[in-house]
Amino acid sequence: MSLDLTFFIILAIMAAVSALMVILRKNPITSAMSLVLHFVSLAGLYLTLHAQFMAVIQMLVYAGAIMVLVVFVIMLLNLGREEKMAVRQSARAAIGIGASMVLGALLIWGLTQVMRPVAAGSSQAMVNGQIASVGKALFSTAYVFPFEMVSLVLLAAAVGAVVLTKRNLK
Amino acid sequence: MELLDIGILAAKIFIVLHVFLIGAAYVVLYERKLSAWVQKRVGPNRVGWRGSLQSFADVLKLVKKENIVPKAAHQGFHFLAPIITIAIAIALWCVIPFAGPFTVAGKVIDLTIAPGLDVGILLLLALSSLGVYGITIAGWSSNNKYSLLGGLRSAAQMISYELSMGLSLIGMMLVMGSLNVSEIVVQQSGYWFGFLPKWNVFVQPIGFLIFLVAAFAETNRAPFDLAEAEPELVGGFHTEYSGLRFGLFFLGEYGNVILMSALMATLFFGGYNAPWLQDLAFFQQNEVLRAVLQIGAFSFKTFMLVTVFIWVRWSIPRFRYDQLMNLGWRVMFPIALLNAVTTAVVLQAIRS
Repeated sequence: MSLDLTFFIILAIMAAVSALMVILRKNPITSAMSLVLHFVSLAGLYLTLHAQFMAVIQMLVYAGAIMVLVVFVIMLLNLGREEKMAVRQSARAAIGIGASMVLGALLIWGLTQVMRPVAAGSSQAMVNGQIASVGKALFSTAYVFPFEMVSLVLLAAAVGAVVLTKRNLK
Repeated sequence: MELLDIGILAAKIFIVLHVFLIGAAYVVLYERKLSAWVQKRVGPNRVGWRGSLQSFADVLKLVKKENIVPKAAHQGFHFLAPIITIAIAIALWCVIPFAGPFTVAGKVIDLTIAPGLDVGILLLLALSSLGVYGITIAGWSSNNKYSLLGGLRSAAQMISYELSMGLSLIGMMLVMGSLNVSEIVVQQSGYWFGFLPKWNVFVQPIGFLIFLVAAFAETNRAPFDLAEAEPELVGGFHTEYSGLRFGLFFLGEYGNVILMSALMATLFFGGYNAPWLQDLAFFQQNEVLRAVLQIGAFSFKTFMLVTVFIWVRWSIPRFRYDQLMNLGWRVMFPIALLNAVTTAVVLQAIRS
């Protein structure tokens, strides 16, 4: 078994188990920390695809920043164990499961439409994941407009958050 | 990978790990001696020659002590928290180059555990941002008000200062045009006007100062040690820790101090470059000796920066919490942002 495959299997099992833990554990902190573990194993999976930049950004943004805030809020509110809901609403659950399966199928279908796979381990795959090529692609004429639009959306969200926290704005 | 390569890698990891652990033990002693000198005391002087074995005695004491875990604590996370802290402090060493590559019997040896990593600096920031979990989880899992407050404080503090820390590096990265740590060190090897070493601290003095202050905050050291402020919080996040688990937190703190000093030495003070000395013909011809010289230069720079950490801790009183947040968000963050933008503009003006 090659090294890549070994790592893939270990990380994939880790990712799947930790993702399940997120929704199955009662304790909110355990769920949040499982999500952190999930993000770290996802970063490892990106590394097996030579996507160094993606892997590091995944850790920096999701595991290192967003989840810290989530853990912070859970601790601040001191949430206890979640109680089981009294009434099982099976119809709602069935609709939810069905909807998420449809969404998953749509996502997979959509991705296969736009993906142009590169052979794993080829020199092209090595170059694609490097920070220089990601940067060049992001600021090329093809992607610079959507990139700037996304940053505007983020800016609007940040301003919105500030406005929401300041109730009595003059 | 050949067997020989794996052997070399294992040897490098072994050496770095042990030098790090013993170094952390000696920094504890160094801090106690230096603080004694600051306060006109003698300091530890009973174990070994002038107290030189004091740290080992302390570690033995911690190992022998009973490990008390509160009954209401979350057992799993209480166990995990010190491990996260120390694991991250150790893992970060993988991108730091200790000396330039040298050749032994036709084999090029690179004294970095992960050489040529394209995203080196980002990896440093990513891993150090995970370090906050150790302290927060420790505070939460102890199930104690003071611990929780300490954990919350440190989480808020580390998120706030991480931002300035990342931003302070942007200017440096723009000047260097690379995120590869080895390359950044190589680029700092020349001289300006024939005598001034090409260190980043001379190009990015503001970036360095912000990084330095953020490093104090990230390591939870005085004047920013609000996570364990004794008068208010007993012991902060490690109130409920004892024995070896407390020892791991202690080691993690000093490990982080060494690590941050090594990082600053690498990114701002020319890393392993020993200016003037390494240009001598003697060292140019003898690569192994040059590597030894470079390891010495790197250790010396790290040692000097560790001294700065200790010096600041014993000179400046602790900040109040609101002062800490004001400094982070209203002073350091705008300056770091301005520094990054100014660097970009100036660079663009020079290059076009």
